[in-house]
Amino acid sequence: MNDMAVALQPAAYKSDYKPIWCPGCGDYSVLSAFTKAFSMVGRKPEEIVVVSGIGCSSRLPAYLSSYGFHGVHGRALAAATGLKLARPDLTVVASGGDGDGYSIGGNHFLHACRRNVDLTYVVMDNHVYGMTKGQPSPTTEPDWQSKLSPTGTGLRVFHPLVVALAAGANFVARAFSGDPNGVADILAEAIRHPGFSFVEILSPCVTFRPEQRNWKQAVHPAPVGATDDPAKAARRILSDDGFNVGILYRGNRPVYRPPVGKAKKQPADLEKEFEV
Amino acid sequence: MTTTTSTPRTSVCIALCGSGGAGVMTAGNLLLEAAAQAGWYGLMVRSSGPQIRGGEAAALMRIATHPIDCMDDRFDAIVAVDWQNIHRFADEVPLDRSSLIVGDPEQGAPPEVFVKSGARAVELPMKKIAKGIPGSWPNMIALGFASQLLGIPADKVKAVVARSLKKGAEQLPASVAAIEAGRAAAAGEGAAFTLAAPPAARAKRWLITGNQAAGFGAIRGGVRFVAAYPITPATELLEYMAPALPQVGGVLVQAEDELASVNMIVGASYGGVPALTATAGPGLALMTEALGLAVAAEVPIVVVDVMRGGPSTGIPAKSEQSDVSIALWGLHGDAPRLVIAPNSIADCLTATQWAVHLAEALQAPAIVLSDQFFGQARAVTDRPADSGLVGERLTAPAGSEGYKRYAVTDSGVSPMAIPGTPGLAYTADGLEHSERGIPSSGAADHRVQLAKRERKLVAHDYGAQWADVEGEGGIAVVTFGSCTGAAREAIARARADGVNARLVSMRLLAPARPKLLAAALDGVDRVLVVEQNHGGQFLRYLRAEFELPRTVRSFRHPGPLPIRPEEVHRQILALEEESPR
Ligand SMILES: Cc1ncc(C[n+]2csc(CCOP(=O)(O)OP(=O)(O)O)c2C)c(N)n1
Ligand code: SF4
Repeated sequence: MNDMAVALQPAAYKSDYKPIWCPGCGDYSVLSAFTKAFSMVGRKPEEIVVVSGIGCSSRLPAYLSSYGFHGVHGRALAAATGLKLARPDLTVVASGGDGDGYSIGGNHFLHACRRNVDLTYVVMDNHVYGMTKGQPSPTTEPDWQSKLSPTGTGLRVFHPLVVALAAGANFVARAFSGDPNGVADILAEAIRHPGFSFVEILSPCVTFRPEQRNWKQAVHPAPVGATDDPAKAARRILSDDGFNVGILYRGNRPVYRPPVGKAKKQPADLEKEFEV
Repeated sequence: MTTTTSTPRTSVCIALCGSGGAGVMTAGNLLLEAAAQAGWYGLMVRSSGPQIRGGEAAALMRIATHPIDCMDDRFDAIVAVDWQNIHRFADEVPLDRSSLIVGDPEQGAPPEVFVKSGARAVELPMKKIAKGIPGSWPNMIALGFASQLLGIPADKVKAVVARSLKKGAEQLPASVAAIEAGRAAAAGEGAAFTLAAPPAARAKRWLITGNQAAGFGAIRGGVRFVAAYPITPATELLEYMAPALPQVGGVLVQAEDELASVNMIVGASYGGVPALTATAGPGLALMTEALGLAVAAEVPIVVVDVMRGGPSTGIPAKSEQSDVSIALWGLHGDAPRLVIAPNSIADCLTATQWAVHLAEALQAPAIVLSDQFFGQARAVTDRPADSGLVGERLTAPAGSEGYKRYAVTDSGVSPMAIPGTPGLAYTADGLEHSERGIPSSGAADHRVQLAKRERKLVAHDYGAQWADVEGEGGIAVVTFGSCTGAAREAIARARADGVNARLVSMRLLAPARPKLLAAALDGVDRVLVVEQNHGGQFLRYLRAEFELPRTVRSFRHPGPLPIRPEEVHRQILALEEESPR
């Protein structure tokens, strides 16, 4: 096979399957950013696997021409970790929503950051459970009212970027789906960066959080570039307005590599230890 | 059965006990190894009190002239280095009037629970003797005594001790002297407990635990990825695989929980690498959602469940066959899965290897139902032959035209595209889907895919391994897993009484094979169902899935006590008395 073929255009990374998303959903732009980023990174569709959980955003893999894995709610990172450790030759991207990643999958999020396997995790954060029709997620504002939370949750919002830094993620960025080119640039960087890269994409749910259409006006580029100091990055993120967009942290922690044997033995070679 | 006889014995049971740090496990392992070196078969079960470390411990041993898969009904001797809390083992170490209680007078009198059995007490001042041999320990006196009692040659005992001391060779003379002293003390006991000579012709023998056997079986079957979360009594399986797997090019990762471990192996296997996790009941309960994912997305995985007392945290370090129902029925939706139950320690290897082969061939999850008894017992067995069965998945070649991942086929198995293969990219999905893998809630797609996933399991030819069927007669003992050893011995005793019974030990529990069981029960009019749990989970399964003769008796009790051969023997004799209705 001739690998020197011209890089594939973004369109080559789209599948012919039509998304089920509501018109205007932020996730359309994220999908388009994925295709651009894959084209920039230059890996062929068959060398990429996008792994997701359950939610509107988790439907994304099937809309790409790469391999996809649409698993169960909250476990995308676990499946992606297993896949990457078993098949280090593949480019593995996990993706999903804020409920999927920060609530039911919260434990895996922490440990994926800690473990620092070379994969990229993309969360399309709309501060709501879209697929189940509008319940609060960990990133929902405490006073946001819904049928399930008539008086709001009263709970402090979860801060994924800072949690990711504290847990050891090696690359942390925030993006906004309204700027697909910006998202694509960040995604491509995240994929190229070794270790666990975490990209939080503000992606409006126009159906259950129509006010998020105003995010377009709220977002702005982060005033300073990425740092390699997690404490500095965390302080900046904690004190920003939540709409700073860009690469915020680029670390150089060693990438997790599972222990590999020195000698490649055959199973029969392992029988000795049992012999009487 | 309680008469003392001097004809050599074909099997002897002995318990070595003491508080933590007394070294009884070491002594037990050495005794087992020496017996193995001399050509006998044997079994050692470790039992310990509730303390995490340092509590009372017992090495429950059985040495025999023939392969054995269970403890006997009673113990010939208990040798206690001290008596601290040893009364807690009274249920597990039943004694009778022909038994010996060997204790150190310095440690006080033997506990009443043992004495009231009528067993004869023998004083062995282990501490005092050890004091007289600088550098020696009371457990070596106990080892010497036990080895002499059973007639295990001194040179074999010394050889295994020497090997175990590789680094502390300077301790060898003291240990040898202690063993000699222990043997001298036992010389007066005569030959009542002496084992008959081991079989002359000998194939290669192994010393292995069920957990190691399952781990090695998985490796033989082709597993190269393991993710798991520690849990008693499955941890040793993982601890065996952690250094072993990398040597054959595999990877093991400790996951953050069982939800992660099962999803990790699904991810790895989706990537084309045969994958396994091991757990116990609480972990299996957490894994059920992703087992359903493996069913729906048709991703082969193997989950070894080393059963322990349940429900909930239950009795973690004791055996019980009480995960039958969750393994067979415990997934949501119509979710066909493979359930395979090894029926001996050696079979933990063969059955797990088979499970890997089946999971891969049928692109389905396989649950291997081992248990704490198998997992943590160490046995001398004949080397389990390599069945040669490895995972071979039907994969789709690059360039397949109009590829459909979930194509409906006669066998129900569809070629799987492995990531990296050009032109075949698809999205594996736990959502119901069309043949192409596109999510679908249509009635036709659901029916077709449900039927396909069921068909691939029921249409498969599982061969003779589906069960071990032995013997003849109008009575059949139907059982599975670790009750098999006791059932087999019970049938042999019944035969000596002139009552014939056959054994059906089912290895393949799911999918159910009613025709195969019917053939195995041809001519049988009375069935005894034997299982180690309270509710009769296996019986209920048999009643639900199979045609059984009219007379069906259930013999069962929960863990932690094992089903003993004599209990089953009595049931067979009682069934013989009953004429078929
Ligand atoms: C175990 C389990 N619990 C609950 C659900 C129901 N469920 C499906 S998607 C979802 C939340 C999705 O929200 P989010 O991850 O934020 O994604 P979005 O739909 O907003 O993109 C829930 C609760 C499920 N599928 N599985
Ligand atoms: S419900 Fe919200 S998140 Fe889901 S597709 Fe519609 S707009 Fe997007």
